[in-house]
Amino acid sequence: MALDQSFVGRSYPPTAPYEVGREKIREFAESLGDTNPVYTDPEAARALGYPDVIAPPTFVFTITFKAAGKQVIEDPQLGLDYSRVVHGDQRFEYTRPVRAGDRLTVTSAIDSIKSLAGNDILSVRGEVHDEAGDHVATSFTTLVARAADAEVEESR
Amino acid sequence: MTARISYDAVEVGTEVPVREFRVNRADLVRYAGASGDFNPIHWNETFAKEVGLPDVIAHGAYTMAEAARVVSDWAGDPGALVEYGVRFTRPVVVPNDDKGAVIEIGAKVAAKLDDEARTVRLDITATSAGQKVLGRARAVVRLA
Repeated sequence: MALDQSFVGRSYPPTAPYEVGREKIREFAESLGDTNPVYTDPEAARALGYPDVIAPPTFVFTITFKAAGKQVIEDPQLGLDYSRVVHGDQRFEYTRPVRAGDRLTVTSAIDSIKSLAGNDILSVRGEVHDEAGDHVATSFTTLVARAADAEVEESR
Repeated sequence: MTARISYDAVEVGTEVPVREFRVNRADLVRYAGASGDFNPIHWNETFAKEVGLPDVIAHGAYTMAEAARVVSDWAGDPGALVEYGVRFTRPVVVPNDDKGAVIEIGAKVAAKLDDEARTVRLDITATSAGQKVLGRARAVVRLA
């Protein structure tokens, strides 16, 4: 079922702040097997000019995806079938790396909705700002809800 | 922010050596927990097959994170990334055994973008089981 085009351009209210903790960054880096000390050792981070440990570049996706999930993907009016959703593409623009101590809000918006061979293709943007209101990063996420009878190769 | 690689030291075509990343089911469970993405297609093969996938697949963001690691280890500072984007062209299929899947990731300098900002564009290649798993994978990096 095609998604309602009238959702294009819809913007959702900013999320409550997500507080970035050192141990969360460590857990995330370790789950990737990434041992770069800039993620775990404040001294190593300071040596590169950061006030505290920074997060791996894709960490911000966990925050924007959570925001998109709660607000957009589960929006009952939009009616996306999450069980059939795969990640189509992903892009980030960074002003600075996420770091421990950040309190980040996400403002999500629907950039586009397309229907291709029965697949629904949804593009969501998440603007991430810190407590001072300064831009940290923007995440551009495309999700593909595969048609019920499609094999995955056909949808790509 | 302090990249280790100097803008002046790279040319179009400069290569970032290919690295191999092994990913098994336990890695995916761990990444699910760390990232908060508990979609069962990444850990439950019955569910994955029911929705038309060949088997459990890795999170796209997991592959993307490992590719970022290749770039940031090369640059010397993960904060040197200015822009980073990929298309998930094929899933990384992760079998239920102790070996899992292997992802091979490399990159090369595709363009020197801005002499003032000292930014370059890297084009990244990522394959698993001989198939390209990332398309249009590009990173803009600010060098020293």
